[in-house]
Amino acid sequence: MNRAPPPSSPAAASTLRPTARSIAWRLATVADTVRETPRARTLVLDVPGWPGHRAGQHLDVRLTAEDGYQAQRSYSIASAPEDARVVLTVERLEDGEVSPYLTDELRVGDRLELRGPIGGHFVWDVAIGGPLLLVGGGSGIVPLMAMLRHRAAALGTADADARHHVPARLLYSSRSWNEVIYRDELARLVEHDSALEVALTLTREQPQGWAGLRRRIDRMMLAEVAWPPAERPHVFVCGSTPLVEAVAAALVELGHDPARVKTERFGPTGGSP
Amino acid sequence: MTSPFSRGFRGRPRSAAAAGRLPPGQYETRDFPVLSAGPTPRISLATWDFTLLGPGGQTARWTWDEFQALHREPVTADIHCVTKWSKLGTVWEGVSVDTLLADAAPRDVRPAPYMLAVCDGDYTTNLPLADVTGGKAWVALSYGGEPLAPEHGGPARLLVPHLYFWKSAKWVRQLHFLEPDQPGFWESHGYHNYGDPWREQRYAGDE
Repeated sequence: MNRAPPPSSPAAASTLRPTARSIAWRLATVADTVRETPRARTLVLDVPGWPGHRAGQHLDVRLTAEDGYQAQRSYSIASAPEDARVVLTVERLEDGEVSPYLTDELRVGDRLELRGPIGGHFVWDVAIGGPLLLVGGGSGIVPLMAMLRHRAAALGTADADARHHVPARLLYSSRSWNEVIYRDELARLVEHDSALEVALTLTREQPQGWAGLRRRIDRMMLAEVAWPPAERPHVFVCGSTPLVEAVAAALVELGHDPARVKTERFGPTGGSP
Repeated sequence: MTSPFSRGFRGRPRSAAAAGRLPPGQYETRDFPVLSAGPTPRISLATWDFTLLGPGGQTARWTWDEFQALHREPVTADIHCVTKWSKLGTVWEGVSVDTLLADAAPRDVRPAPYMLAVCDGDYTTNLPLADVTGGKAWVALSYGGEPLAPEHGGPARLLVPHLYFWKSAKWVRQLHFLEPDQPGFWESHGYHNYGDPWREQRYAGDE
């Protein structure tokens, strides 16, 4: 019953390099920042020499204080591989050491050390195919957004056939309407793409007249939103540990193959991912 | 390259207690974050078993009850996750790999220079024999005095605290002794083959 990971996995094939060179630290410059929600900010970075990445991968950020003290954290990459700049979206953790600096202090023109891309498991590209089921909570949307942006960029908006060949659904849980990261961009993507469906659930507070979902993601919600297991969707789940535990367990109970359910978790103070 | 200062970054107050115990690039956390690549496997103890597999295919197998009867040791250790958190002074109880090998020796199961731990949920990780013998590695059954919770690898996980914590494989079921070395799951997905936190061997290619 114990099997090794499938050796044919494209990620394994592309990342297993016994003689790999070290992933170098690079100096990025903040080109732009975007306030996404009260707690989340997007950083648009110029990274000379960036080697490219796959949607779903992350990178390490390193900060250096004047006394030489350094702190490192990992952040998911939000941009598509097709994008010219590397984009992060960071959520401020109230007792965080690094995230408040990135969401509140860092300014355009500041420099930031980073290295990546990292991770060869929680990745998706159009060559892997669909259906693509994305389930996220809070800032867990970030690597999933990279996948949606990649899908849109790789398939274009003109070729409806290509998009319908790789249909995608996103189920995204936020506390409130104001905390939905990428809200406007998600609406735009859906508007131009009939093979993309986005379901938002707002767990704590809903705007007046909200007709959408309003509870934490559960098995019944997944049964309604997800493709049936027979369609063999590629599933990516990212969010807090309780969300990921609940979603992944429910998907397996519904009959989805655990090997097709990929997860990434972050704890409230355990750092990201 | 010399790191430029990050304008306006001060960081947390430096903890003297943690100073000598935190490898480079790590920070101390008081919780126990959960990281795994897929759904948490749910295993019935009635069907759970544990297997040692020698290089020639010899096997030694224990049921859950048999495994409970093996000598257990308390282990207190600092643990270091490659995602940067470290947790100091964690308290475990487990059966050492030395004990397992000794118990398996009469069944002709002998070690080889490398070990591959194989787990429920298709996870694997590889370690040199020298890093799992001599009181350096355990199959842990309890954490903080309680049976190991499923999301933390219960009922049994490998515990190899001197290496990055992905080597301490959750839901471990088999130890394969083999040669040559065979990269495990994260070792095939861009992470370092050995993973010494004190040398900051996070990713493939880190020296």
